[in-house]
Amino acid sequence: MLGFSVLSLFLVLLDHNSVYLDDIRGSLNILVTPIFYVAEFPANTSDALSEMFSSRERMQEEIKNLNQHLLLLQAKTAKMASLSAENARLRDLLGSSEKLEDNVLVAELIGISPDPESFVVVLDKGKRNGVYLGQALLDATGLMGQIIEVSRYTSRALLITDVSHSVPVQVNRNNLRLIAAGSGRINELELNHVQDTADIRVGDLLVSSGLGQRFPVGYPVGIVTQVTHDPGQPFAVVKARPSAHLDRSRHLLLVFTAEQMAARKSQSRELDDGS
Amino acid sequence: MVLDRFRGMWVVFLSFFAAFVLAIFSLPDFLPDYIAYARPHWVALVLFYWIISLPHRVGLVAAWISGLMLDVLQGGLLGQQALAFLVIGYIAASSYQRMRMFSVWQQAMIIFAAIFVAEMILFVIDFMTIDRTWKFLYLLPSIVSALLWPWVFLLLRHLRRRFNVD
Repeated sequence: MLGFSVLSLFLVLLDHNSVYLDDIRGSLNILVTPIFYVAEFPANTSDALSEMFSSRERMQEEIKNLNQHLLLLQAKTAKMASLSAENARLRDLLGSSEKLEDNVLVAELIGISPDPESFVVVLDKGKRNGVYLGQALLDATGLMGQIIEVSRYTSRALLITDVSHSVPVQVNRNNLRLIAAGSGRINELELNHVQDTADIRVGDLLVSSGLGQRFPVGYPVGIVTQVTHDPGQPFAVVKARPSAHLDRSRHLLLVFTAEQMAARKSQSRELDDGS
Repeated sequence: MVLDRFRGMWVVFLSFFAAFVLAIFSLPDFLPDYIAYARPHWVALVLFYWIISLPHRVGLVAAWISGLMLDVLQGGLLGQQALAFLVIGYIAASSYQRMRMFSVWQQAMIIFAAIFVAEMILFVIDFMTIDRTWKFLYLLPSIVSALLWPWVFLLLRHLRRRFNVD
């Protein structure tokens, strides 16, 4: 009893203060992967069943809607193509490097943290698929979070509204740089240290600024919902609603950015040299 | 025979597996958020039952391993649930003879105490590592677990007798 207690306490301290246990955790995660799949089975099957039993008319309706949506998006993409070509030409003229397109990997949600105070999700892609620590996670509408734990077949991601998470952002309208911290509520971000005189309004779009080199540049993070100037406070109180559907999206995107891959390569080389 | 001595151990493993699934099962979206605080400590209930009914098979080692697995599943610090489960296992293992004489509701009181102590250990570790603040909602898991104990007890006892687990 005493031996095991001391061992557990030792593990807790080691896990809190170092990275030595990450590999062990990774291998143990392989053991428990079946439990994730069984636990998510009802949610997945109910989706499949509702698909199977929905009526012919409803399916046709849905296909019609999707086709219209596709047409709309295609038109937008066609315009985008010419714009991005123009952008590349202008960047060329300015002599700055061309912005490369990001690669993405589609991942499916297979688990949610049972603790209501931590916003962590489990994904069905792991080291085997090239997922790495700190990789950015998106859904169709915006930035969701980053990878905090990778095992062979699964990985765990921290969402941007978790209290322990912050993301560097900028206001899309005027490039004002800020930090968006998680509030512990799933649909709210808090902006830290905003000057009372700063030019920020309700409805402003916040995009990731790429400072800190963790997140790729330019993905939508949130929309400002509240700006309060309180003379008793040193800073303005600014709140935002995340653009991504943090509590609804099941199909997510993991981003591989060219810069990040290069940075990671040089970093690992440095580590190799150091040892 | 070896097989004879471990008769029906698969029932034990299966009940633990079910408890792990229930422990990380994601709740449907339409339920309010605070329901998640009331999630009972399924693995602890199952562990407690097997320790008091098969003390020669399931003991502190099983408690520690199941706690460690829960740590990996929930993504917390490795070892914190393991420590909490050791305490629950210790309470069960040192009182199994008394527990067998109690009625189920008396047993439920002991369960409440054991899970409460375990939750406190988890809270203290969280408090020291990630600055978590106290809420009275943290009492819910031990209360709900104690209320569920009679049914878990009856179900597992039925399974144990049906499959003659020893």
